[in-house]
Parts: sequence; structure tokens; C-alpha cells
Amino acid sequence: MESSLNGSSPIVVVRDVHKSFGGVQALAGVSLEIDTGTVLGLLGPNGAGKTTLVRVLTTLLDPDEGSATVAGFDVRRERTRVRPLIGLAGQSAAIDDTLTGRENLEMVANLYHMGRARAATRTGELLARFDLTDAADRPARTYSGGMRRRLDLAASLVADPEVLFLDEPTTGLDPQARLELWTVIRELVATGTTVLLTTQYLEEADQLADEIVVIDHGRIIAQGTAADLKARSGGEHLTVRVSDLAALGQVREVLKAEGDGPPAVDDATGTVSVAVSNGPARLAGVVRRLDEAEVAIADIGLRQPTLDEVFLSLTGHRAESELADAPTGAV
Amino acid sequence: MVVSMDALRVEARYAPGDILQLWKRNMLAYRRQPDLLVFSTIQPVMFVLLFAYVFGGAIQTGPVDYIDFLLPGILAQSVLFGSTQTGVGLAVDVTSGMIDRYRTLPMARSAVVAGRILADTTRNVFVVGLMLGVGFLIGFRYHGTVAGAIAMPFVAVLFGQTFCWISAAIGTSVRRAETAQVASFVWLFPLVFVSSVFVPVETMPDWLKVVAENSPVTHTVNAMRGLALGTDFWEPLVKALAWMAGIMAVFVPLAVWRYRSIQ
Repeated sequence: MESSLNGSSPIVVVRDVHKSFGGVQALAGVSLEIDTGTVLGLLGPNGAGKTTLVRVLTTLLDPDEGSATVAGFDVRRERTRVRPLIGLAGQSAAIDDTLTGRENLEMVANLYHMGRARAATRTGELLARFDLTDAADRPARTYSGGMRRRLDLAASLVADPEVLFLDEPTTGLDPQARLELWTVIRELVATGTTVLLTTQYLEEADQLADEIVVIDHGRIIAQGTAADLKARSGGEHLTVRVSDLAALGQVREVLKAEGDGPPAVDDATGTVSVAVSNGPARLAGVVRRLDEAEVAIADIGLRQPTLDEVFLSLTGHRAESELADAPTGAV
Repeated sequence: MVVSMDALRVEARYAPGDILQLWKRNMLAYRRQPDLLVFSTIQPVMFVLLFAYVFGGAIQTGPVDYIDFLLPGILAQSVLFGSTQTGVGLAVDVTSGMIDRYRTLPMARSAVVAGRILADTTRNVFVVGLMLGVGFLIGFRYHGTVAGAIAMPFVAVLFGQTFCWISAAIGTSVRRAETAQVASFVWLFPLVFVSSVFVPVETMPDWLKVVAENSPVTHTVNAMRGLALGTDFWEPLVKALAWMAGIMAVFVPLAVWRYRSIQ
């Protein structure tokens, strides 16, 4: 499909989109643009409205108010124009378990009406590209989680879409499979595909996206590059790690007194961190106070904020834990 | 939902091919899922044998052999129970995200439901054929015309196809496959048993007899019996076809509408 758009214009335009489900507002006026050939990371916790926005943009859901266009076509009034231009890989791999990898891709190719010969060629290409050639003629139910996601991604790329929507593509994958998928997504972006990626993994947005939109309770609360967002959360962070988890409460009180915002406590790693200005002086103060309180410090240091801390400083609450199980039916 | 001229053009141009694609997909699934195949073949055969030999001696059907009375009824019962699989299959596709994929493709909207029903109808052709074969082995015989003999299983398949649309409307309205199954059997069981499928309706209490006599299942089974036994079949056949037309008139649009409004 030949694009009529040049590199600098937005290919996806969202204007003030609202969507409610029986009184629960999933999207409360979202506006954004995605430039052709870039990756937009839509970052937010479960229930923030990420999937709802993806469903609006992929013609699965009509917005209550507002409008959205993909390549200039309205997602509500010109669905049949939008559909040939987009690919969607959702939260759960939308593949048929009883069909083989090859049959899954061929079916999708046939439903794009690309002709038998081209469908077979394209299927072969995608299987090779996603390292599924050896497993191509086995039913998909024998695939690992990572293979299923790769097959799903391959299916979303069958018609070489202008815009690819990846809704939490690595949720529920083990770290190894996640890294593999990141590599695949980077390769895709290198070929010029425009991508909208939703994620609750802050690291993932940082790794893959050119621009990040932070969404919470159906509203955009921040927008910018990863570096912009880090700068907005007040520069340096002071982190203290203790080996005795019982001391976390004391550490939290000390950091609350010395820091510039609410401290973030991570029980799993036994760390507490807080945004600080004038870091070195605060570091000395924290060490002194903890020493007086007879708290044994395992590790202490100053560093640039993570996006998790950015989220905390923007919303006042933490993003979902990255260790959380795959969400089911998230809005 | 806005229905545009574009959408109608896509529908007209691609529906036949896309339905065939979905039919193929579902047929492959049948072939590769032995448990589905067991459900759709062994169970109906078991029903034929159980009813013929367990109830055969106890149920009086006048001058007609019980197996000759039973087989048309059990064919109808099998295609009715089998129709639940349409809804279950669609509900599975909704849960797995498969429907989302289909709905983002530039394919005909009607193909997912219609392809599924075409596959279920194909399965019904096999099941009906198999049951007829088993029936012949244990003594079932046609007593009517050749045309009647050919028409009888055809009516069964058409009847099953009709109920697939009800099942499709259920499958696209519930959240889980298990719900689709239960939501179908809850009304299918009484519908099948309060009819002439297993016993002559004359043996039922009056209030139940009224229900049974006007049931689409009774009309269909009586038409099939008429065709197989060479007795009168026109009246029940016309009533059965009227029921089927009525059910289709309500449930085809309903199923399509439910499919379109899945969110």
C-alpha cells in the first residue's frame, strides 16, 4: 500500500475522544498525534484507558464523542478504508490454536484478499522473519508463549500495515521472550512502520518509544520523550536499600523529611527512593539521620529517576507493578 | 454503528470467499480436536443405541417399530444439541481475541458467523449420515418414497442450521464459552423432551401436550417421520418450515447485530 503521506505529517490524529462504559469513563477527552514512521508509547496502569483508545483507533469501538483519523480516514465513518491500513496485535495472542502457524497466517492473508500465490509468499516471508519456519506446520497450541506472540505479531503484519497497534505486546511473557520481542519491534520500526505501543512496563516505553504519552484514568497526564519526562520529575533520586525490611518505615519517614516529594517504597527489593534537589547535601543528611536512628544501610546512592518514579510524581500513585500478572479484560 | 455504502460493497464482493475461508478454518479445527469429534459423532450414535435398546421395549408406538419411530426424532435431537457448538465456538473466539482480529480485517462482516454455521452444518451432514448408517444396522427401514427418504435427513440438517443462528446470538452475547453451553442447554433440554422426539405426545398430561403439539421440534420430527414412514407429512412439514422461517427472521439479524456490537 503506497502512502500518500510524507515523513513529517501525523498519520494518526485523535481529537478529544470520550468513551464510557455504563457510567465508567474509560476515555475522558484524549487528543494526540503520531508522526509517520515514529513509535508512540502509551504508558499507564491497568484500567487507564489504553486498550479502549487502541480499540477506537482500530475500528473495534465507536467513540462517544470526538474523532480520530488514520491516514486521513475517519475510524468511524470510513472503517473500510482504515482497516486495510492497520494491523493489531492485542493483549492475548489472537491466533487459532488448532491451526498451524502457516494456516493462521494464510487465513489472515486470504481475508485481506491478496490472492493465493501472494498469500503463500507473504506467509513464508513472515514465518522466516519471525523465526517460525521450523514450527510452521505444527498446530499453534504446541507453541511457547513467545512463539505465540511472534505469530500474532506476524499476523498483524500480513498486509504490511501503515500503522501497527501493539496492545501490551509483552504482558505475561518471560524476560527472555520479552527481549526477543523487543528486538523484533525495533526491526519493524527500522523499516518505517508507524507504531502505537501500549504498555504498563515503564522500561518498555523507554526502550522502544520515540515519544511517550502517559495516561491515567482516561486522561493524558504527561507527554514527551523519556528524557523530558525524567526531567519533569525533579531530577535526581536518592535511593536507600536496607537488608532489614522492618526498617523500611523508618527510612520512609527520613526520606519524607529530606526529599521533595512522596517517597516510593519497594518491599520486594527493600528500597525506598525519593526525588531530591541538591543531592549531595541531602545524601549527607539522610546518612546522619539514619545513623542516629541506628538503621543499617545496605546501599545508598543518587541516580537519575526511573519512569516508575516519574509516574509517581505525575499521578501521586505508583504505576502497576511490573511483576503483576497479565491483565485479563483490561479497559 | 454507521453502515456505509463502502461496507455494503465489501459485503457483496467478499462475503462468499470469506465465508469459505472461515468454513475451512472451522473444518480444520474439527479435524484436529478429537474431543469435538467425539462429542459430535459418538454421543449421537450412543443415543441411538441406548434409546433403541433401553427404551425400545417399554415405549409403545403402535404398529410402527420403535426404531423407525425413534430415528427421525433422534436425528432432530442430535442436530439441536449440536447447534450449541456454534455459540460455544463463537464465544471462544470472542474470549481469545480472534474476533477482534477478524473485525480489524477488511473482510465481510457476515463471514465469521456464517462460516461458523456452514461448518457446523457440514458436521451435521456427517453426523446425520452416520446415525442413519447405524440406524440401518440395528433395523431402521424407510417405508415411504425415495424422495421422502432423501428429504428426511435434509429436513434435519435444515432444522439444525436454523438453531445454529439462535446459538450464534447467544455465543456473541455471553462472555465465556461455558456460559454459552449452559445458556443453550437450559432451554434446549425441555424443548427436545417436551416434543414427539422420544415418545408419542398422546402419552403426556393435557397441559404439556398443548406445548408439545405446537413445538417446532414436534412439527419437524413429525414431518421427518411422515417422510420416512410414507405417512402424511405435508401439514407438519409446512408448520415446521414456517417455524424455521420465523426463527431465522428473528435470529439471523439478531446474531449479526450481536456480532457487530461485541466490544
